[in-house]
Amino acid sequence: MSAAHSHGPAVAEPTSFEFSAENLEHAKRIIAKYPEGRQQSAVMPLLDLAQRQCGGWLPKVAIDYVAHYLDMAPIRALEVASFYTMYNLKPVGKHFVQVCTTTPCWLRGSDDVLHACEKKLGIKAGQTTPDGQFTVIEVECLGACVNAPMMQIGDDFYEDLTAETTEKVLDALARGEKPTVGPQNGRIRACPSGGPTTLTQSALAAGVKPQN
Amino acid sequence: MPKLTIDGIEVEVAPGTSVLQACEQLGIEVPRFCYHERLSVPANCRMCLVEVERSPKPVASCAMPAGEGMVVKTNTDTVHKARKGVMEFLLINHPLDCPICDQGGECDLQDQAVSYGYDRGRYEENKRAVTDKYMGPLIRTYMTRCIQCTRCIRFVDEIAGVPALGGLARGEHLEITPALEAGVNSELSGNLVDVCPVGALTSKPYAYNARPWELRKTESIDVMDAVGSNIRVDARGGEVLRVLPRLHEDVNEEWISDKTRYAIDGLKRQRLDRPYVRGADGKLKPATWAEAFAAIKTRLANVPGNKIAGITGDLVDVESVVALKDLLTGLGSANMDCRQDGAQFDTSNRAGYIFNSGIAGIENADVVLLIGTNPRWEAPLVNARIRKTYLTGKLKKVAVVGQNFDLTYPTQFLGNSGSVLSALADGSHPFVETLKAAKNPLIILGAGALRRGDGLAVQAAARAIAETVGAVREDWNGFNVLHLAAGRVGALDAGFLPGPGGRDLAGILAGAQSGEIEAVYLLGADEIDGAKLGKAFVIYQGHHGDRGAHRADVILPGAAYTEKNATYVNTEGRVQHARFATFPLGEAREDWKILRALSGELGQALGYDTLGQLRQRMAQANPVFATLDRLVPAVWGPFGQAGTVADAHFASPIENFYMTDPISRASQTMAQCTEAFLKPALPAAAAE
Repeated sequence: MSAAHSHGPAVAEPTSFEFSAENLEHAKRIIAKYPEGRQQSAVMPLLDLAQRQCGGWLPKVAIDYVAHYLDMAPIRALEVASFYTMYNLKPVGKHFVQVCTTTPCWLRGSDDVLHACEKKLGIKAGQTTPDGQFTVIEVECLGACVNAPMMQIGDDFYEDLTAETTEKVLDALARGEKPTVGPQNGRIRACPSGGPTTLTQSALAAGVKPQN
Repeated sequence: MPKLTIDGIEVEVAPGTSVLQACEQLGIEVPRFCYHERLSVPANCRMCLVEVERSPKPVASCAMPAGEGMVVKTNTDTVHKARKGVMEFLLINHPLDCPICDQGGECDLQDQAVSYGYDRGRYEENKRAVTDKYMGPLIRTYMTRCIQCTRCIRFVDEIAGVPALGGLARGEHLEITPALEAGVNSELSGNLVDVCPVGALTSKPYAYNARPWELRKTESIDVMDAVGSNIRVDARGGEVLRVLPRLHEDVNEEWISDKTRYAIDGLKRQRLDRPYVRGADGKLKPATWAEAFAAIKTRLANVPGNKIAGITGDLVDVESVVALKDLLTGLGSANMDCRQDGAQFDTSNRAGYIFNSGIAGIENADVVLLIGTNPRWEAPLVNARIRKTYLTGKLKKVAVVGQNFDLTYPTQFLGNSGSVLSALADGSHPFVETLKAAKNPLIILGAGALRRGDGLAVQAAARAIAETVGAVREDWNGFNVLHLAAGRVGALDAGFLPGPGGRDLAGILAGAQSGEIEAVYLLGADEIDGAKLGKAFVIYQGHHGDRGAHRADVILPGAAYTEKNATYVNTEGRVQHARFATFPLGEAREDWKILRALSGELGQALGYDTLGQLRQRMAQANPVFATLDRLVPAVWGPFGQAGTVADAHFASPIENFYMTDPISRASQTMAQCTEAFLKPALPAAAAE
C-alpha cells in the first residue's frame, strides 16, 4: 500500500464490520440507482459510506464487507480503495485537515497555512496528534481556487485563510465548536473580496440602450 | 466488413477486428506487452502505437477497431519515435539485471528493447523498488521487474476464474498483489509464468536452472490427465528441466495445468532404473535383464494361459498395450483389463466412452450437464473451456449432478444422488425441459460416476438423457465421457478388455485371491491394492517404484512418457504422438521393446521388431490409431445396460489434484502444492 495512504496512529484493525441499520438503508438506495446486475457500480459510494461509519478510514474488514455486499471479489474493492486518495486505509484523527498546496493556493500563501497547522498542532504533515484529534495532510487541488488558500476539514471547506485565521479555525475545533464554514475573511462565498467591481450600476444608467 | 490500408496493403477484415489483429493478418509485426489475444484489452502499455491518417496522435492499435477506409502506417519515423519513447519510459524503472534474470533469452522486453531501446539511459534519479510477493510454491516473483501490463491479473480473473491478483495503489506506486497470503490457488497458475512478458513472474522450481538456448526442445504430449495437452519438453543432458504448453486450438489452446507443468521433478525420483527379482528371502534384489526374464520364464513355465492375467495402468501408451495384449493372447490368456480403477461401463461402442463433442465442441454448447465429475480437477483445461464459453454468454446454464464444487462459473446444483440421475433419465426431472429447449445440450459423464458398482446403469442413464433431450443428432453429439487417465481411451481402443471367457478386473483380483490366477502382469498399474493380488506371481513393468512395484515379484523398468516415442489417445479419442526427449534411466527400456524381448524368451515372439511395424499392427488392430490428431466421429449405436441406478452419492475420484499418478506422487513440487493449497482447505472441507 502506498505511503500516501498511511496517516495515522497505530490503531488496531477491527475484526469485524457491518453496516449500521441506517447505512444499510442508505446503501440500498445507492444500489437502486444502478441497473439490475450492475450493482458493483456502487462500490465507490458504499466504500465512502463504510469509511464514514468507521470514523474516516477503511479497515480491511470493511472493504471486504462492501465487496461481499456487492458480490464482487475483495481484491477488486481493495483495488478501488487503494487507487483513490480520498479513501484512507489507515486511521485518521477526528478532524481530518487537508491543506491544499497546489499552485493557486500556493501562490496565495498555502505554505503559511500549512506551517500554521503544523505549529499549532505540533505535528508534521502526514501525522496525527497524540490525542487522536487532528490529522494534517497536504493535498492537491480541491477546486476552490477562487478562495485560495484553503483547507478541507472533514466535509467542510475553510477558505481565504491566513496563518491567523487557520489557527482560529483549529482552536475552535479543539474547543469542540464548529467554526463558520467558507471564507474566513468576511467575504461572501466567491464574491469579489472588496465589494462588487462590475455591474455596480443599473444597465440604463451605464448607457446600455434597450434593443427595439 | 471494413476495408483498410496498412503500410500500403489493402486488407478486408471481420467487423470488430482491431488494427493490431489486422496487422497480424498481414504478417506485420506490432510490438506489444499488455495485449494478449486470449485476454481482455486494457491498452495500458502503449507499445503497439501506430500512425493512423487523420489522427493527430499515434494510436494504440490493440484497442482501435479497424474502420472503413482507415490508412495505417506501422513503419514511419513517428511510429518508431513513439515506440522508442514508450520503451524508454518502461525501462526507467526496470532493473538492468538481465544477466541474473530467468527470463533472459526469452523476454519480450529484452527482445523489443533490441528494436526500440536506446543504448543508454537518460534517467538519473533513483529507480523504484517493489517488495516481492508470495504467490505460492510454483511462482517466483521479482516485482521490481514488473512493467504493470496486468496480463497476470486478467489471466487469473478471466481464464483461471480465480480473482487472486489485483493492482493496488496507483501511478508509480502500483503493485501487483495477491489477494490471499496463500498465493494464487488455481490449477492453471503456472501459465502466469508464460503470460508475464518480463521476468517478474518466473517458475520457482526452474529458478536458475538453465538458459533457453541450452535446452533441447521436444514437441510432445502430456499424460497427467486425459486431455492430452500439447507440450514442449525442454531437456538438457538426460534431465527434463521444464514443460511448456504448445498451441493446439482444439485441445489446450495455449495453456497447461500446473500438474502438467510442474510434476516433472517426479521423473527424477523413485525411478526404476534396473530390473529386480524377489529372492527366496522375500526381498527385491537388483538383477540383470537376463535374470529377470529367466525368472519369469521359469515361473510361467507350467502355468496355463487362462491362469495368467494382465492389467494396464493410467499412463500406458498404446504401443505397449497392444504388445501386451498380443503377448497375453499368444500365451492363451483372455484375462485382461485396462480399467484398473474398477470402472464398469459398456465398451462395445466407441461413442459410449469418448468425449464425442470434442473439447473445442464445448464452445458450441448452450446447456451443460455435469454428472459425477469435477472438471476443475479432473481436466482443468476442459473446465477452462467451459468457463470460456460461459464468459462469451453462449453457455446459458451449467447443471451439476454429483458433488457441488466451485468450478469458477455459476452452476445449478440438481442434487448428489443416483435418484436425480434416474429422474433425469426417465424425464420426470424438471431440468429435462431446460435440456430439451437447448440448441446444443452437452452432457459430461465423469469417470468417477462409472466407478460405482452400477457404472453400466449410470452410463445407460446418461445415454438415455442424451437421446431424450436431443443431444445426439446428425450435426451434434453432446454425449461425453471425461476420463482421468491418459492411457485409458487408447487401451480401450486397443481392446485391452476381457476376451471371450476372460476375467475383468474384479474377476482377476478374485482369481488371484483364490489361486485361480497364478500370474498377473501389471503394465504401469499402480492403483491396485497389493493385498488384493493374493499369492499371485506379479510382474510389474513401469517407471516408478510406486504401489505396483512394491508388490511385484519381478520388476521390469520401463520408460516414462518423456522417454519414448509413444501413442496416446485423449478423452476425445484424438490420437497423438508423444516423442522421445531423454533416454530412459539406467537400464530401463521403451516399454514395447521390453514386451517384445520377453515374448521371445517365452517362445511367443511378437511379429514386430520396429516401431513402424508395431504401428502398422496397431492400425490393423484398430484403424483409429492411424488417424493422427484427427477426431473421427464415433458412430452412435446402442451401448450401456439399462438397470437401476443406486441412490448412492457420486464421489469425487480425485482427492488431491496435485497427486494422481506415480509421477506426480513422486514430485516434490506437487507435494509442496498439496501442502500450500490443499492442506489449509481440508478443515473447511471436513466441516461441510
